[in-house]
Amino acid sequence: MEDIRDIAEDPPWPDSGLRWGALIGLAMALLGSFLLSLAMGSVSIPLAEVIAILWGESPEKASWGHIVLSIRLPRALTGILAGAALSVSGLQMQTLFRNPLADPFILGISAGASLGVALVVLGTGAASAGLLINLGLGGHISLVAAAVGGAALVLGLVMAVGQRVQHAMTLLILGLMFGYLTSALVSVLLYFSIPEQIQTYVVWTLGSFGSVTWSQLRLLAPVILLGLGIAHILAKPLNALLLGPEYARSLGVGLRQSRGWIIVSAALLAGAVTAYCGPIGFLGVAVPHLCRALFRTSNHRLLLPTSAILGALLALVADLVARLPGSQATLPLNAVTSLIGAPVVTWIILRRHNLRQSFSA
Amino acid sequence: MTDSILQTSGLGIGYRPKNLAPKVVAADIDVELFPGELVCLLGPNGAGKSTLMRTLAGLQQPLAGAVDLIGRNLQDFSPAELARQLSLVLTERIDTGNLTAYSLVALGRYPYTGWSGRLSEADERVVRWALTSVGAKALANRNMIELSDGERQKIMIARALAQEPKLIVLDEPTAFLDLPRRVELMQLLRQLARETGRAILLSTHDLDLALRSADRIWLLPTGGPLQVGAPEDLVLSGAFQQTFAEIEFESHTGSFRLQPQPEVEIALVGQGLQALWTRRAMERAGFRAGNLSAQHRPRVEISEEQGQTTWHLKTIHQNHRCTSLYELVQSLHDNINQDQP
Repeated sequence: MEDIRDIAEDPPWPDSGLRWGALIGLAMALLGSFLLSLAMGSVSIPLAEVIAILWGESPEKASWGHIVLSIRLPRALTGILAGAALSVSGLQMQTLFRNPLADPFILGISAGASLGVALVVLGTGAASAGLLINLGLGGHISLVAAAVGGAALVLGLVMAVGQRVQHAMTLLILGLMFGYLTSALVSVLLYFSIPEQIQTYVVWTLGSFGSVTWSQLRLLAPVILLGLGIAHILAKPLNALLLGPEYARSLGVGLRQSRGWIIVSAALLAGAVTAYCGPIGFLGVAVPHLCRALFRTSNHRLLLPTSAILGALLALVADLVARLPGSQATLPLNAVTSLIGAPVVTWIILRRHNLRQSFSA
Repeated sequence: MTDSILQTSGLGIGYRPKNLAPKVVAADIDVELFPGELVCLLGPNGAGKSTLMRTLAGLQQPLAGAVDLIGRNLQDFSPAELARQLSLVLTERIDTGNLTAYSLVALGRYPYTGWSGRLSEADERVVRWALTSVGAKALANRNMIELSDGERQKIMIARALAQEPKLIVLDEPTAFLDLPRRVELMQLLRQLARETGRAILLSTHDLDLALRSADRIWLLPTGGPLQVGAPEDLVLSGAFQQTFAEIEFESHTGSFRLQPQPEVEIALVGQGLQALWTRRAMERAGFRAGNLSAQHRPRVEISEEQGQTTWHLKTIHQNHRCTSLYELVQSLHDNINQDQP
């Protein structure tokens, strides 16, 4: 075998361009599930009608227009944004910490964001009718800012401590501890809150894309697009960081600057999603691994867009399952993402041999 | 003589622990590196080889003096500028995940590509040239996970080449390799230095290989000072014996002696390759082989009997016939008292 390869004049040099076919395929699947999530639910609406409604035509039944445009469309858009944001955030953390199990939920970043949310909502004594609904625009900005700030704070802390401890598992345990710490602070806040607030807070922690309205999307969408944009620009340093910090530096990466931007981007993405949809587990850790396995690459120029699209796709699917189409009942979103994500994480841990090779764990 | 690529003046290396006085590992280092030169840094563990390499590569601040790269202070380079002049290969085995050898070498183009990291036609050519130069063309499409240690090391060197630097610094590149791979790697590095006109600096524990392949050796004994010269110069000046005093460097062969100088002398009669290796076997067993008078006992005589080499160990009273060196060593141990000369 070896000889034959050596004799060959020139090997087929690999094509280092992007795999457009794969990207387009994924995007088509996303479009499909987007339309499905508009059509399915407690009331089933024919696909043709859904498309007609999106084109601005009046549907067969007047209520369908309202259901699609006011309820399901913002929900689906939120799902797409949140899925993409959590996956890209998780991908960046896995590369930054060189740790296959890193994601916003596991490293306590979501907990940090929750603390920010709890401070704003419980601290300012927001009305009990809904956790987020009665805030004005200023309130929304401060809510997102607090969540992003909380996320960045925990991420920065994990990063700072992570530089002193080299071992990957130590970092995970640290993340867990930061998570517990922030959760403890949240429960202290909860203890002094009225029961209605506590209940809405608990419902919020179950995770949902359904509570986000059009006016909230106006803030959520730009923040997430900004985070995704920064992540896209970071593809090059992220690739260099695959070799570890010392090689990255020798390749000309400004470590402090790159790490700073990665933290900003990951915190924007994880923080904003957590503020509106609650701490959603497993998407962040599972999707990048699925992409690596699907496309057999660690190149971020491909992993970033594919993780974003596959994350959006899985978020929509999870939300669809959570809505239990055809019935009036719904499941908590976090229960569904865990049902998808836990087996993936288990699979990662069971293949630890392989994992050691993929990361210096 | 051409201009040096790297030059240090009064360089002091070491660590600056927090809130403590700086810990100097070696001071007053004045060295130069020239284009096309392969230089090996040798020294016992703890002498500061890694510290010196890290300081020269700009990963660590010097405690005193300065490092000049192409006539400019190393501290004045931005990371991006430095990456175009100097590339690194580290000891630590890097786990890169799902990257093909080709895309790993392509990372070497980092200092030259735009913000997106997309390779131009020219970049692709350099990557292909680098892979071809290290003889790893056939590995291009293989995943890094599938490669052996030796193959991985070649790919890491190709990556360093793809950076098109003036100087390549390798920290113990042969550490995890078996002997044939080590020899191959050193030959490759020497050839790369010659053919591409780059300076290559590597640290190693492979004394024998370094003596045979380096154009110059930097010898760093514990506590300094750093000594520089052609390998042979340093052997003749006795620098090796001083640096490796505890393990007895043998100036005649350029290698280490595993046993202390044996006391008991045995006459050896024989010629050629057989005699050479018989001497080695005897030294291993703790005896000195000498060219002594025909009357000397004990003596070992090598002869050919029916096309087979045989050894006769003759003591004052007995004659033992052995058909292998293993038997001879056994026989020496059984019959000769090492304590009495």
